[in-house]
Amino acid sequence: MTTVGISENKGRLHPHKFLLWVGMASIVMMFAGLTSAYVVKRTFSNWMEFGLPSVFWISTVVILVSSLTMHLALKNFKAHERKKYKTLITVTAVLGLLFAILQLYGFTQLHERGIQIFGIGSNASASFLGIIVGLHALHVIGGIIALLIIFFRAYGTKVKRYDKTPIEIVAIYWHFVDILWIYLFLFFSFT
Amino acid sequence: MNNEAVIQAGAAALHVAGDHGEAHHHKQSFITKYIFSQDHKTIGKQFLITGIIWAIIGGLMSVLFRLQLGYPDSSFPWLETVIGHWAKDGRITPEAYYSLTTIHGTVMIFFVLTGGLSGTFANFLIPLQIGARDMASPLMNMLSYWFFFTASVIMLCSFFVETGPFAGGWTAYPPLSALGDASPGSKTGMDLWLASLILFVVSQLLAGLNYISTVLNMRTKGMSMMRMPLSTWGVFLQAVLGVLSFPVLFSGFILLIFDRHFGTSFYLSDIYIQGVGALSHEGGNAILYQHLFWFLGHPEVYIVILPAMGIVSEVMSTSGRKPIFGYSAMVMSMFAIVILAFLVWAHHMFVTGLNPFLGSIFVLLTLLIAVPSAIKVFNWLTTLWRGNLRFTPGMLFAIGFVSVFISGGLTGIYTGNSAIDIHIHDTYFIIAHFHLVMGVAAFFGMFCGVYHWFPKMFGRHMNNTLGYVHFWITLVGAYLIFWPMHYEGLAGMPRRYYDYSGWESFKQFVELNRFISVCVIITFAAQFLFLFNFFHSIFKGRKLTVKNPWKSTALEWTTPINVGHGNWPGEIPEVHRWPYDYSKDGHDFIPQTVPVGEEDNPAYMDEEMIEEAKLKGEQV
Repeated sequence: MTTVGISENKGRLHPHKFLLWVGMASIVMMFAGLTSAYVVKRTFSNWMEFGLPSVFWISTVVILVSSLTMHLALKNFKAHERKKYKTLITVTAVLGLLFAILQLYGFTQLHERGIQIFGIGSNASASFLGIIVGLHALHVIGGIIALLIIFFRAYGTKVKRYDKTPIEIVAIYWHFVDILWIYLFLFFSFT
Repeated sequence: MNNEAVIQAGAAALHVAGDHGEAHHHKQSFITKYIFSQDHKTIGKQFLITGIIWAIIGGLMSVLFRLQLGYPDSSFPWLETVIGHWAKDGRITPEAYYSLTTIHGTVMIFFVLTGGLSGTFANFLIPLQIGARDMASPLMNMLSYWFFFTASVIMLCSFFVETGPFAGGWTAYPPLSALGDASPGSKTGMDLWLASLILFVVSQLLAGLNYISTVLNMRTKGMSMMRMPLSTWGVFLQAVLGVLSFPVLFSGFILLIFDRHFGTSFYLSDIYIQGVGALSHEGGNAILYQHLFWFLGHPEVYIVILPAMGIVSEVMSTSGRKPIFGYSAMVMSMFAIVILAFLVWAHHMFVTGLNPFLGSIFVLLTLLIAVPSAIKVFNWLTTLWRGNLRFTPGMLFAIGFVSVFISGGLTGIYTGNSAIDIHIHDTYFIIAHFHLVMGVAAFFGMFCGVYHWFPKMFGRHMNNTLGYVHFWITLVGAYLIFWPMHYEGLAGMPRRYYDYSGWESFKQFVELNRFISVCVIITFAAQFLFLFNFFHSIFKGRKLTVKNPWKSTALEWTTPINVGHGNWPGEIPEVHRWPYDYSKDGHDFIPQTVPVGEEDNPAYMDEEMIEEAKLKGEQV
């Protein structure tokens, strides 16, 4: 008889990493539900067509760059380049925050164009955009919180611990919210 | 194994236990052991007890509204004493009636049969049956229970708000759910209903993520997927269904909240409402909600029934002393059910003006699900065939499950056909169908599991005689309640009517409804036998003297009688075979831990096997 547990699960994903993958599948289903509702709803009467705010293009570039910095942060962590890792994690968190701010700014642009997201007089097409983009932004904020946690851990830990799993988990999640945004951006641009 | 290897294995065991909650080697306070516990077994029991409390509340509600249905013109002054203004002049008010039916459906489906059934057995069984010390994330597991508990408290709170709980049906269709002015319960009651259900969804997601990750990642050595007991397969696949379908319901709820409070028009349109005038919304459509709701709503049926199917298979094989018939077919049919469950939601919407061609596709897909269901029934029957059956209460409930599953399943062929559904939609036929196939059947699965695993949960036995009486009253009661409803439904009696006696055509059902209501009261009262048996046995039941009282092959029975946090005090056993080696090679049973070809090796025998070998006169 032998003992088998996390430490001996060679060849298997770390359970926490696996939890994340299943969790991401679940998040995908939520957005699939919302975007499919969007597709169904747009065939109904009084659907309003409007272009996405231009700032969304910039925010798309920002989140793509943040994904790149996250990738480099993980690479440097694995190479024991602690200083570079800290800088890159900081840049990623800042870019994440910038992304959320730009998204918010996008909605003010829409408001200036007279497109009302919520309230009486709003149109379902704008409301969908508000809710879906808002929910995505909430997921990005969750990612920023996770980034901050590993950031402070990197600065606060006296003893060097090179357990790469938590950083890998945050990196996977960050790439996920990036890909999710690309999907949403393309979805809203072409449907 | 030499001494050094033993020390290394022990150290590894402690290391692993350290990750997931220390095997017997750390002190826990009352709070960390019984309340905010991270031990999957305790969390399973917490789900069970909470589910039982909700089953009593939900059952009591059905007794109350059945009083109205059985005696539509009678007054019961004592009712006013008990439930106050809900029963004005001794008669339940229409608002209270609709609240009772709504909350009965909500709590029975979500808090009892989802939280209570799958929450209990997934938590309790998965790590024990696959050979893990705990779930992938014990913290998330604990949170899943406390989200569930908070959701229950919020739902309970809705009874005490001035305008009462939500009363628009458990499906919460707009506009009744979207308009605050639709009915008294559509105000705060609906907000609390939504808050409760959203927390419930979060709880289910946290739990489901854990179940899936644990099963796929933390199985002991030798425990391949095709060596897992069917009860674990059942809860694993219901988790897959849950994590993929609950988020869609969640998105539907988000849109509903925005329609209710932020002036959006997803479900509401510029409809004219008497006393209110035309709404200021534009272009919304309630059918959209139905699509989103039933995308979860139909898989929910299988979220409820899959764990019951797994439990029943497990108990049937163990108590029938026969290998499960067609293990692979059982697993594959569950997979087929999971896939098809996502493709049939629109059969709930045949009368919404669905395109007839689309409707026929959903008819086909719906009827297809009968194939894997029939395979399972066939395999259960062939497992019982010529078995050496031991009629424990658990086994009786397993057989009872198959019986009600067949009865309820056959009527699914009628309800799944759009042409027939147009006639029987929203009648008592539908109520009878789904109560038998997923309500009673799932309850039977739950009872089966509780009677079977009670010794493992509490180290004591339940009383068998009380179990038998409980079974027979419940089985007969269930049929007497739901069979006549098919007849009522075919004759056109609609569901959700507070007082049907005003219609000449439905007056003929007064006597039949009275009979059903009396049966409901008797069957509900019989459940107190189970409650007494359960709670009394926890403290006073006959103590377990052997760790494997049912002579089961599964891994959970290799743990000590009183299992600590971490499940196995030393090493986690290795698995060498599938879980259904009963009556094989001259042995009554061969545990999964016995290597192939080592059946007679005393090193692999537990106390019961040694006892049995001695009785046979073999030298051990």
